[in-house]
Amino acid sequence: MDKVNVTINGIQVSVPKDYTVLLAAREAGVDIPTLCYLKDINEIAACRVCVVSVDINGVPMRNLPASCVLQVAEGMNVRTNTPEVREAVKTNVELLLASHNRECLTCRRNRTCELQKLCDELDIKEVPYDGEKREAHIDDLSPSIVRDSSKCILCGRCVSTCRNVQGIGVLDFTKRGVKTEVAPAFDFSMRDVECVYCGQCIEACPVAALREHSNIDDVWAAIDDPEKYVVVQTAPAVRVSLGEEFGLPVGTPVTGKMTAALRRLGFDKVFDTNFSADLTIMEEGTELLSRLTNGGVLPMITSCSPGWIRYCELNYPEFLPNLSTCKSPQQMFGAIAKSYFAEKAGIDPKKIVSVSIMPCTSKKSECARPEMEVDGVRDVDYSLTTRELGDMIKQARIRFASLPDEEPDSILGEGTGAGVIFGTTGGVMEAALRTVADILTGKDLQDIEYQAVRGLEGVKTASVTLPVNGVDTEIKIAVAHGTANAAKVLDAVKAGELDVHFIEVMACPGGCVHGGGQSIVSSKVRLDVNPKEARAAGLYSEDRRLPKRKSHENAEVKALYDEYLKEPNGHLAHKLLHTHYEAKTSYKQD
Amino acid sequence: MKNLNELKDMQAKSIDLVEIKEGMRVTVGMATCGISAGAGPVLDALKAGVEAKGLNVNVVKTGCIGMCTYEPIVEVFEPGKKKVTYIHVNPEKAAEIVEKHLAGGQPVAEYTVGGSLKTLEELDFYKLQKRVALQNCGLINPEDINEYIARNGYQALAKALTEMTPADVIDTVKKAGLRGRGGGGFLTGLKWSFAAPNEADQKYIICNADEGDPGAFMDRSVLEGDPHAVLEAMAIGGYAIGATKGYIYVRAEYPIAVQRLKIAIAQAKELGVLGDNLFGTDFSFDVDIRLGAGAFVCGEETALIASIEGKRGMSRNKPPFPANKGLWGKPSCINNVETLANVAQIILKGADWFRSFGTEKSPGTKVFALGGKINNTGLVEVPMGVTLRQVIYDVGGGCPNGKEFKAVQTGGPSGGCITAANLDTPIDFDNLVALGSMMGSGGMIVMDEDNCMVDIARFFLDFTVDESCGKCTPCREGTKRMLEILDKITAGKGTPEDLNTLEKLAQTIKTTALCGLGQTAPNPVLSTMNRFRDEYVAHVVDKKCPAGVCQALLSYEITDACKGCTLCSKKCPVGAITGNVKEKHTIDQAKCIKCGACMDACKFAAIIKK
Repeated sequence: MDKVNVTINGIQVSVPKDYTVLLAAREAGVDIPTLCYLKDINEIAACRVCVVSVDINGVPMRNLPASCVLQVAEGMNVRTNTPEVREAVKTNVELLLASHNRECLTCRRNRTCELQKLCDELDIKEVPYDGEKREAHIDDLSPSIVRDSSKCILCGRCVSTCRNVQGIGVLDFTKRGVKTEVAPAFDFSMRDVECVYCGQCIEACPVAALREHSNIDDVWAAIDDPEKYVVVQTAPAVRVSLGEEFGLPVGTPVTGKMTAALRRLGFDKVFDTNFSADLTIMEEGTELLSRLTNGGVLPMITSCSPGWIRYCELNYPEFLPNLSTCKSPQQMFGAIAKSYFAEKAGIDPKKIVSVSIMPCTSKKSECARPEMEVDGVRDVDYSLTTRELGDMIKQARIRFASLPDEEPDSILGEGTGAGVIFGTTGGVMEAALRTVADILTGKDLQDIEYQAVRGLEGVKTASVTLPVNGVDTEIKIAVAHGTANAAKVLDAVKAGELDVHFIEVMACPGGCVHGGGQSIVSSKVRLDVNPKEARAAGLYSEDRRLPKRKSHENAEVKALYDEYLKEPNGHLAHKLLHTHYEAKTSYKQD
Repeated sequence: MKNLNELKDMQAKSIDLVEIKEGMRVTVGMATCGISAGAGPVLDALKAGVEAKGLNVNVVKTGCIGMCTYEPIVEVFEPGKKKVTYIHVNPEKAAEIVEKHLAGGQPVAEYTVGGSLKTLEELDFYKLQKRVALQNCGLINPEDINEYIARNGYQALAKALTEMTPADVIDTVKKAGLRGRGGGGFLTGLKWSFAAPNEADQKYIICNADEGDPGAFMDRSVLEGDPHAVLEAMAIGGYAIGATKGYIYVRAEYPIAVQRLKIAIAQAKELGVLGDNLFGTDFSFDVDIRLGAGAFVCGEETALIASIEGKRGMSRNKPPFPANKGLWGKPSCINNVETLANVAQIILKGADWFRSFGTEKSPGTKVFALGGKINNTGLVEVPMGVTLRQVIYDVGGGCPNGKEFKAVQTGGPSGGCITAANLDTPIDFDNLVALGSMMGSGGMIVMDEDNCMVDIARFFLDFTVDESCGKCTPCREGTKRMLEILDKITAGKGTPEDLNTLEKLAQTIKTTALCGLGQTAPNPVLSTMNRFRDEYVAHVVDKKCPAGVCQALLSYEITDACKGCTLCSKKCPVGAITGNVKEKHTIDQAKCIKCGACMDACKFAAIIKK
């Protein structure tokens, strides 16, 4: 890439010619404030807090251009610290504040709010306008996501994420001028549109205009109720993000401390979703082998991600027969906790409250799906996000950093490396391959890291040759993460352009590590760290750390089959661990 | 349509339609102004009358002649005779005109201007005018392509396609110095030259007919009166930049314009002056209409493009400019209606002809919509370089009722006001900018001594606050805060500090707003603050509105002229006036709601507004 020479606040840098002034300034060690900017996702130059003063070879540019979209040019001289720029930036932030709901102390995003941070950095001490504020339209009907227009600064980050990253587009700007609002069309609730509750909008939101539907109080109430027996499971991806809530670097694994914290919060049993991830592999792997050998519907598509399931039900109902009938690990866990565990522990299942800690907002709606119960007993009662767990730990005044590393409880606490990597894109596929390959070859294969399904490529395809019924068969697979990529894969399958046997789909880009319930990484930090990569690296390190790395080696899972379920895909397994799907419609008028 | 000769043959056949050799031709102004004044029934009455009497009279509809205050206007043409212009015609008058003039040969003088048989062209209103963009408006039937062809229609396209290279076309428009009439005044030829070299499988010419300035209607007039002029120019532009497809983005509030465009496109396609292989060349050009929902911001080219694409009309950052990445990411040129209306004539008559009027840097003419406190409201087309004084006094006839001229707002909500001190400025793009205003699309709103300049600024800002697309912070939030401050000032609650805040906000909005709408939104405030600071000071310091407009700052008082007739106290809706019969009355200022009912009622002019 050709380079050009630019001067930022007197500092000369040579940067690639496709750089924006904002990126060039970073090279020069100059930090330009931003709000609407989300690299590669939202570069719409709307907030106007990144404006700079520019001349090119001595010729001043008209007005103060936005550095986030201004491409560098040879001889460009940029100043970010002139009185005019300072005044303009400050005025624009003051204007945002003037109509913003400034109840910061009681705000969900207090101290993680990008607007709040900017106010601090710009030393804004008062808001000189006391006029009309943005009206508060609060939509909390969805089980997963709350939208609060009074907090919205109209940066458009959620709009771009939903439309361009996820290919869904339920959020857009509505109305005009100062009445502009980000909302679904015709002011529908997010519950009633084609929202899949993935929560990527929350991850994108710099303020608290979008947040999860909180269940913290429900969980405290259960813990505080002496009649209830509260069990908790934690999804694989939570352990590489929870630490961020306590200031640790993005992607730091905190498995042991997380387990210790959950015990101190008062959960009666601290289990691990890794257990049911391994269980999922047993069920789903068996289902795949059955479909392969019995002429079942192919390609089979994974069903772990509730955002993906809802996306498929809304947009591609013709693929519902392709979906694995397996419940997600969250739901499998719940069903087993209230049956097998209850029986073994001698507890009335109706007294058990099943709580999950998930990197996900869609899990909240999944556990509320009517079919997710067995004999009138809900599989999972409450699903909390990683952020909500962080909040509970803080509420309980637990000093996270000084916690010891603890192990989860048996008999639903053991997990293998295969279960851990469920949390990143390609992980379910890799875990399945580890087990299916061993079963089909009858060997304990040692080469188990399937690099072809790892990484952040939007759609990954690969094939492995394995003996099916004694005949070497090429098993072709595809992995997609993010609903936009899922659509690409399904369209390709429909068009006959992609011929595969097994597809892994995760609704969120990067998989669960970047789920809508994870700790929020600010736009600024994202310029230095890719949370998807960093957290995936954390999970792969956990995988390597564990003594067992294949689901079928999980002793507690084996015991579950020996003592209770008898066999994968068997009668009881079907009753407890499998489900069904139905086409769904959106924009329904009540 | 194979070639120019075929077109000229057709012109020869059509010429009698417009320049009649026998019988009579009667035109009825059927633009929006005419129709809303009642021209429809007039047209029907004329047609019925002519038919009943079996007269050799061709009654046709035509566009706006410019003097909208006289509508419905009916003009009668007879070979060898001076044309007769009837004004304020109604069906009864029409019947009489049929009887006496069309059948009887005797013009009905009392229905003409001043009862004098003067034609509109003989009025002062027309003396300074030079009709280029509006040359056919009010003359031809816009729904008959033959009448356009009779007036040299489509000859410029034929010439461009058969005798000129695309580079020649661009060069001619560049040499003519034609500048965009939509607001910014960017050189049209230069714009075309940016798009021309871009390689693409598809390029677009877009006609911006999203005329949004309050009070401006020149584009509507062109579309309603001479739609083919726009179509022909779009095809020429398409040839110049290599576009085979054109879109006209027109607001849905212009149904008559849309209807006539549809008819024009259909006729042009049928005749083969739009479509494939025009004039026997391998150049093809097609035009489609896209309706806008009336958002002011959709006049901004990137928002307009978004709207055509079916997206929400919001501006985006430039670059990339539309010439490089426009409609659906393809190179596109967006030209305003009035700009396009000049193009065919430039091609046909040459750059030098176009430069023979106007000024060096702003050649040609400009159409203005005169409105506000002016005697002759309507549409005027004058050469660039005439002075504001000429337009306002010589053409517009000055302020009504002998009131004193105070200022003229040009450029609509993006422009500024110009005071009496600068009335002798020759009008062109650069001079208006130098005065802190702009040409804009050509709205000219005249204000007299009874207008409060703070209130005027508030009016324009109120418009932009509503019309901001809501994307960028300074425009969305800043204009609202400015409006709130102006509301506060006009309500008598302003402070001197508010004036500083206004200026600070205006500066930030100007320099940091994303698009032209925001960048120019503070102009009405800045220019009124600049030229009428004393009025602002009077509002915030003395708590007075010198023009007596801002209700909250007024007080009604009863002078010694009061005869004690008690009428005012009876009319006062809140019982604020007391006094004995035949004694001077008084107004309780605490109770007074400043409705003015007392002042209207007083027969002795004893109540004054302060």
